[in-house]
Amino acid sequence: MQELLPSGKSVVTDTTSSILDRAAEAAARATPDSLAKRVRGLSDRMVAWIFIAPTIVLLLAINIFPLIWAIQLSFTNYRANRPNEPIKNIGLSNYSRILTDTDTWIAMQATAHFVFWTILLQTLIGFSLAYLIDRKFRGHALWTTIILVPMMLSPAVVGNFWRFLYEPQIGLFSYVVSFFTGIPTTDIQMLSSVTLAPWAIIIVDTWMWTPYVMLICLAGLRSIPDYIYEAAEVDRASNWRQFWSITLPMALPFIMLAVLFRGIENFKMFDMVNLLTGGGPGSTTEVASITLKREAFEKWRTGFSSAFAIILFVAVFGLANIYVKVLNRVKSR
Amino acid sequence: MSAAAHSVVEPSTTSKRVAAALVIVYALISMIPLFWIFATSFKTPPDSIAYPPKLVFTPSVEGYCNLFTTRTRQTPEYISSLPPATNFCDEVTRKRNMVIAGPSNFLPRFVNSLIIAFGSTFCAVFLGTLAAYGFSRFRVPLADDLLFFILSTRFMPPIAVAIPIYLMYRELGLSDTALGMILLYTAVNVSLAVWLLKGFIDEIPREYEEAAMIDGYTRLQAFRKVVLPQATTGIAATAIFCLIFAWNEYAFASLLTSGTAQTAPPFIPTIIGEGGQDWPAVAAGTTVFLVPILVFTILLRKQLLRGITFGAVRK
Repeated sequence: MQELLPSGKSVVTDTTSSILDRAAEAAARATPDSLAKRVRGLSDRMVAWIFIAPTIVLLLAINIFPLIWAIQLSFTNYRANRPNEPIKNIGLSNYSRILTDTDTWIAMQATAHFVFWTILLQTLIGFSLAYLIDRKFRGHALWTTIILVPMMLSPAVVGNFWRFLYEPQIGLFSYVVSFFTGIPTTDIQMLSSVTLAPWAIIIVDTWMWTPYVMLICLAGLRSIPDYIYEAAEVDRASNWRQFWSITLPMALPFIMLAVLFRGIENFKMFDMVNLLTGGGPGSTTEVASITLKREAFEKWRTGFSSAFAIILFVAVFGLANIYVKVLNRVKSR
Repeated sequence: MSAAAHSVVEPSTTSKRVAAALVIVYALISMIPLFWIFATSFKTPPDSIAYPPKLVFTPSVEGYCNLFTTRTRQTPEYISSLPPATNFCDEVTRKRNMVIAGPSNFLPRFVNSLIIAFGSTFCAVFLGTLAAYGFSRFRVPLADDLLFFILSTRFMPPIAVAIPIYLMYRELGLSDTALGMILLYTAVNVSLAVWLLKGFIDEIPREYEEAAMIDGYTRLQAFRKVVLPQATTGIAATAIFCLIFAWNEYAFASLLTSGTAQTAPPFIPTIIGEGGQDWPAVAAGTTVFLVPILVFTILLRKQLLRGITFGAVRK
């Protein structure tokens, strides 16, 4: 309010407080009309549209137009590698085939397995790390920065290098695991074993993105005011009790924010998995985006894959909607 | 317990020590893969595939030589007939019974990455700054819906977007061009730029520009001379985030570029030597590719949280 009132005053001088409040609210959104009229040059309305229009036009051209095109293609049997063949309208049959196809559900299961375990591990490790860093030991800022490095790197380029670490004989990962467990390195086929491959991608994703969850959780922990802990101390609440009744509930919106972000990102995961396993062995790590790529750019079933893309998009959009609601709640705290 | 005597919220020394130890152990373990990339880039091919993995080795720049060159196998007689090697790379290559045939594609791909990343970042930040100012300062009809629309484009799975973009670019002749990639990355990044910059511009008191306009500035002059200088930090942070995204991007690049406009991420995994992947060369390429990001991460560390949450969490 302190910030809003001065400009509100220039609009209304002698009025009741309720009008003043409303004016202040309006002033929060726009420059007062009395001033706007006196400004030389383009009107504010013009400036607003000139400033916003290019972004909207670009997004319409690069995002919305292709999306509409994809919706249209999803009702056809179009194949991008045979552009001269007649395009037949086949109605909803692409959609019904996807939703009844067992392969789709296998891909969805692989995606769910990947999303569930990455989020669980990243949240547990990320929150624990944030909690430890919040002890504010000496040098915690430096170590935090070091921990953050993996998440800034290219998942494709670093994921590719993990193939080397996972090599059964010469790879560092299998060597270290075999060193500590005694299992011979030749048995640690991280990328070619049906049981281990889904975990291979989970390990790399967790390594990369735990810092992300940690950073958001850390912000959550730091947002808890000291006086709440002081009051709890006065009430002789145990540390255990403080954690469950203060720390966790107050950091929860932040944890949820991190979970949703990771959920959306991992639901559309492509690059790292494509390079590590390419969906294999068989289709054990074939997450949704990999299926989509195979259908669209290897089998060239453009119409079919467009329908699949629309289904995925609707799913992600649903998640995004939830995300924005949570985001607003976090912001209003 | 004793800590409670002086300050109730300050953690005890023991708990600090335990926390520090655990965090440092995690940090060191998480650095091992990166350390290994760096170490491998200085190994010779035989050292890189030795069993057990070699921790101590004689450093060599052979990986970097192989990264930047293509080589052909020759007979020892042919090699001994050549004039003496003039540089280190020649020498290393000849020891493996090969001669350097020419430069590899790494440098052009790296340059593509630079052009596309910087080009798209410039466009995204330019458009984003204008739009963010518009949303921050004016009554825009349906502002919340438009902002949500802008953000939602970021949630589309890249492969889903790539299908129609692939068809559209084929029609427009933008397939495998730097311009096409710049346009695409600008569209993806502009959502981030608008959301981040709106947050930064919201924090600049509007009284500054209003005072300037009362003094006779036009709205555009006030924007240029008052708001932009105030928003420099925010713009710089946003630019680095856009740059990192465009630099790291793989999905679009691997599907929409194949030759002339290919960037480094889809290229590096394809570096092969004789008998499979040339890991020292891959590691060298990865190292060269990652160093700029490391620098940026250190520059950005104060703004990181804000960037990764689209401005939802500020510190």
